Amino acid sequence: MLRYTLKRLLSLVISLAVASIVIFVVIEVAPGDPASFMLGMNAQPETLAALRSELGLDASKPERYLTWVTGMLSGDFGTSYTYRTPVSQMIGDRLWISLPLALYALALSTLVAFPAGIYAASRRGQAGDIGVMGATQLGVAVPNFWFAMMLVLIFAINLRWFAAGGFVGWDQGFWAGLHALTLPAIALALPQAAILARVMRSSLLDVLGEDFMRTARAKGLTARQALWRHGLRNALIPVLTIIGLQFSFLLAGSIIIEQVFYLPGLGRLVFQSISARDLIVVESVVMLLVFSVIVVNFLVDLAYAAVDPRLRSRA
Amino acid sequence: MRRNLILGAALSAVFVVAAAVSFFWTPFDHTALDIPNKLRTPYAAHLLGTDHFGRDILSMIMVGARTSIAVALVAVGIGMGLGVPLGLWAAARQGTLVDELIMRGNDLVFAFPSLVIAILITAIFGAGAINAIIAIGIFNIPVFARITRGAALSLWQREFIMAARVAGKNATRISVEHILPNVTNLLIVQGTIQFSLGILAEAGLSYVGLGAQPPTPSWGRMLADAQTLVSVAPHLALIPGFAIILTVLGLNLMGDGLRDYLDPRLRVSRA
Amino acid sequence: MTLLEINQLSLSIQSYPVLHDVSLSVAEGEIVAITGESGSGKSMTAFAVMQLLPKGAHTDGWIALAGQDITGLSEADLCQMRGNDMGMVFQEPMTALNPVQTIGAQVAETIRIHEPQVSLAQAEDRAAQTLARVGLPQDRFPLSRFPHELSGGQRQRVVIAMAIALRPRLLIADEPTTALDVTTQAQILDLLKSLVQEDGMGLLIITHDLAVVADMADRIVVMRKGEIVEQGATGDLLRDMRHPYTRMLFAASSHEVTLPAAPAPLPLLEVRNITRDYRLPRKTPFGPPGSFRAVDDVSFTLQRGERLGLVGESGCGKSTLTRAILGLEQVQNGSITLDGEPVFTGNQPNLVVRRKMQVVFQDPFGSFNPRHRVARLITEPFHLLQDPPTGAARTHAVAEALEAVGLSATDGDKYIHEFSGGQRQRIAIARALIIRPELIIFDEAVSALDVSVRAQILDLLAELCRDYDLTYLFISHDLSVVRSVTDRVLVMKSGQIVEQGPTREVFENPQHIYTQTLIAAAPVLPDIGVPA
Repeated sequence: MLRYTLKRLLSLVISLAVASIVIFVVIEVAPGDPASFMLGMNAQPETLAALRSELGLDASKPERYLTWVTGMLSGDFGTSYTYRTPVSQMIGDRLWISLPLALYALALSTLVAFPAGIYAASRRGQAGDIGVMGATQLGVAVPNFWFAMMLVLIFAINLRWFAAGGFVGWDQGFWAGLHALTLPAIALALPQAAILARVMRSSLLDVLGEDFMRTARAKGLTARQALWRHGLRNALIPVLTIIGLQFSFLLAGSIIIEQVFYLPGLGRLVFQSISARDLIVVESVVMLLVFSVIVVNFLVDLAYAAVDPRLRSRA
Repeated sequence: MRRNLILGAALSAVFVVAAAVSFFWTPFDHTALDIPNKLRTPYAAHLLGTDHFGRDILSMIMVGARTSIAVALVAVGIGMGLGVPLGLWAAARQGTLVDELIMRGNDLVFAFPSLVIAILITAIFGAGAINAIIAIGIFNIPVFARITRGAALSLWQREFIMAARVAGKNATRISVEHILPNVTNLLIVQGTIQFSLGILAEAGLSYVGLGAQPPTPSWGRMLADAQTLVSVAPHLALIPGFAIILTVLGLNLMGDGLRDYLDPRLRVSRA
Repeated sequence: MTLLEINQLSLSIQSYPVLHDVSLSVAEGEIVAITGESGSGKSMTAFAVMQLLPKGAHTDGWIALAGQDITGLSEADLCQMRGNDMGMVFQEPMTALNPVQTIGAQVAETIRIHEPQVSLAQAEDRAAQTLARVGLPQDRFPLSRFPHELSGGQRQRVVIAMAIALRPRLLIADEPTTALDVTTQAQILDLLKSLVQEDGMGLLIITHDLAVVADMADRIVVMRKGEIVEQGATGDLLRDMRHPYTRMLFAASSHEVTLPAAPAPLPLLEVRNITRDYRLPRKTPFGPPGSFRAVDDVSFTLQRGERLGLVGESGCGKSTLTRAILGLEQVQNGSITLDGEPVFTGNQPNLVVRRKMQVVFQDPFGSFNPRHRVARLITEPFHLLQDPPTGAARTHAVAEALEAVGLSATDGDKYIHEFSGGQRQRIAIARALIIRPELIIFDEAVSALDVSVRAQILDLLAELCRDYDLTYLFISHDLSVVRSVTDRVLVMKSGQIVEQGPTREVFENPQHIYTQTLIAAAPVLPDIGVPA
């Protein structure tokens, strides 16, 4: 187990290093000098040079990369070109909306998908299965931001159960915050729940065809007991992969959903920064997103090992 | 299950035909303004109503189908064109450094959701439909590479591949002659699925302004325009939404149907 | 006393008939074997007794266990019965156990499911006793082991432990040793026999292997295409087979062919001191990688016109050796030459040598690209020739090869799925013959075939030896086949060749202890003198 964890950890570190280089290089390629962009066309060469050195833009590229990375490691993401405030602070505020939103949606989609998938698999070919499969087929096809608009139309504008947008802030209390995030989370969760339910179903059906399920039945387990005791844990292995992948879709999706609900999350920050050419903020947010995807995949790898003893003893 | 295939193909065909026809004919010029008739719900002259500038929604949907289909199709092309050879190559060199590099590269790309790639590209070049194509296309590469490699690996274990090796054929030739034809079914099915995902992704990118820019019409941007008007004119949001849903649903049904139809195991059991 | 009675059982699955009018019985303490070729319905009979049938199954007739008809029982009552009154052992021990549960939990589950009042600790205690009883004592095989940490034979013992934990009155074993090596097979069969004796269980064993049947069973049931063709007490049936199918089956199982005499020795393939190591994953994160020696200093010579056998159990290195000879894999040490030319030159396989070698694989279903026609499949080796025949010459070559293996020239236009397993193996031989190689390697080439088909392929082989002066290396785990179709034999164990010599001598007077074990373990058909 230790060996496995160490190996995964090493691959995590390498992935992060490579990803940070890719992001840095891409942003470096971007045309335009942030300093002259900030000061406008008519800036004096001296003030420009002064600003450049203040922003650290006059150093060589490898140096700047190292400064950026070591800064991030100590929680310093640099200073926003436009707002002149620490990027870490800007991101920190927004993260408290985007991250809970993604996690809320992940919880919702798992809570819906697991029972739906298990139900469909245990009633394969019957009306219940066909119903669930039809619903997921539709769920997969619905764009989440459109679904969000419909939710707003129905539950915020017509029924007035929820606010149409904006965020009250966590200082209003946990439940108030959760309430404000409910519609966005449902919108975000729907397509993912549909995908997850389909994966859960097909994975369970695959496992139901395995020899050891027959062995379990020969021991005297009922079909239902065999499914719960032997089927589920084995079916979980491919499902975990999808949950890991989904987290990255949820984070990306939350950026779009934030637009529908006017939530001041990372998404809004990114779009503002792009239009203001505040590249250091863009760079940092992108790195943060990629970082969380890589870390989640690392956690999924560990979860694999918890579920599957074969991985623990092998590589 | 044939029903799925036919229904799916029919649904998809409607939008492909609409997109094709829009090159020659649309009910109205999709950019023509008609302020007096703005925000009309569907009626005889404008079958799907008009938007806030009085533009004909049916015409916009038809031209928008063009954008969606073009973006998604080219993105699938990029994904297949690069992903499939990479997957074949990795499988042929299983366990070597090449395989390891390709697979780790795949993992890395997976860490950049297509929206993140689009953000990066926009940060450099500015927004546009080409962005959407590249962003979705890049994300498709590891998808195709992975499934090709997975299927190819199990084929490499088969004895007919051993027989081909004994016949002196090299890895490239075996990959092209024996492996590729036996993974095409899988690729067709996955291609349909990625195509539908591409349409969804394009709509999302256009909605947040990272995709097609005015005046190129696109379903995602129609939805973005509809957002502020959703309470007064819900049809502005409903119609493009249904267009996206029906296209994606059609493609997914077609993918499922194709999977069943092309799977030789299922076909044997049916016979 | 009659324990199990099957009376006029007919079974159809989605209106496709599977069993017809099957009647048989098993008494307490009795071992009844059902035998037959694939498609005979022998396994379905077993599953019908457990009432574990696929969806859409419809049965007529009745099955009584201890006087009670079980075909009409509710699912709940059947669950009570399975594992408690009757247990089952399956063919494939590698997949019959849940990979994510410990063996202790899986054996204890049988107990807990039927006796919920038993505490977990007590159930585990009894599981430990049962495992010890089947030869997995706690000091070496604690309950906390996972299936993947055990070998195939050990896993089969766990499956048996699960089946007998509650001392059922009837045990059903469906091809329990087919996936195992001969030495392991002998141990598992002994275990089953002793369990039957100790507990007075009835055992219904399903097997295609007539030698196992003759060795184990008190009574034999022979099935074909869903019907019983003949049944009787083992001794009686062996002495007096009434049905021609039974006679054919036994004759085919002990089928022997006569090979033409081998020509004077002249070395063709020379293997000198070859060694092949595989790297294993590191045991500690920064320690040196381990290694596994699959082939260890192997040397032998194959003479032109000689038919050489290679026997050994799974994991003995025979597959690695085969791949090395075929030039599919490089060895670290030693040399392999054919007609004096190395199989590998530098790091590239030597085409001149490849041209002289062909191979026939085991799996008649996996060894052809399903998308090509037979003519294209069998001409694939032409790729090795500098100047392959085209046009009429090619058509002629295809026809000749197909006819040589007993098929017709028109079969070249068909796809592979149109052929049966035996026909596919003929096509595989045609593919090997088409470039007239100096050496053909048969890699378990008849192992997947039914006995009657196997006998035909062996006859074909003998015929081809006469017509084409074949030289071949015949690799198999099946000693009786190797005995019949080879002049000389190599015995391989743990990467080494432990014994080699003329086939007859090795079989009649094995020198090495391993060869002796192997030959002793292989079940033998009694000499019943049926006409072939």
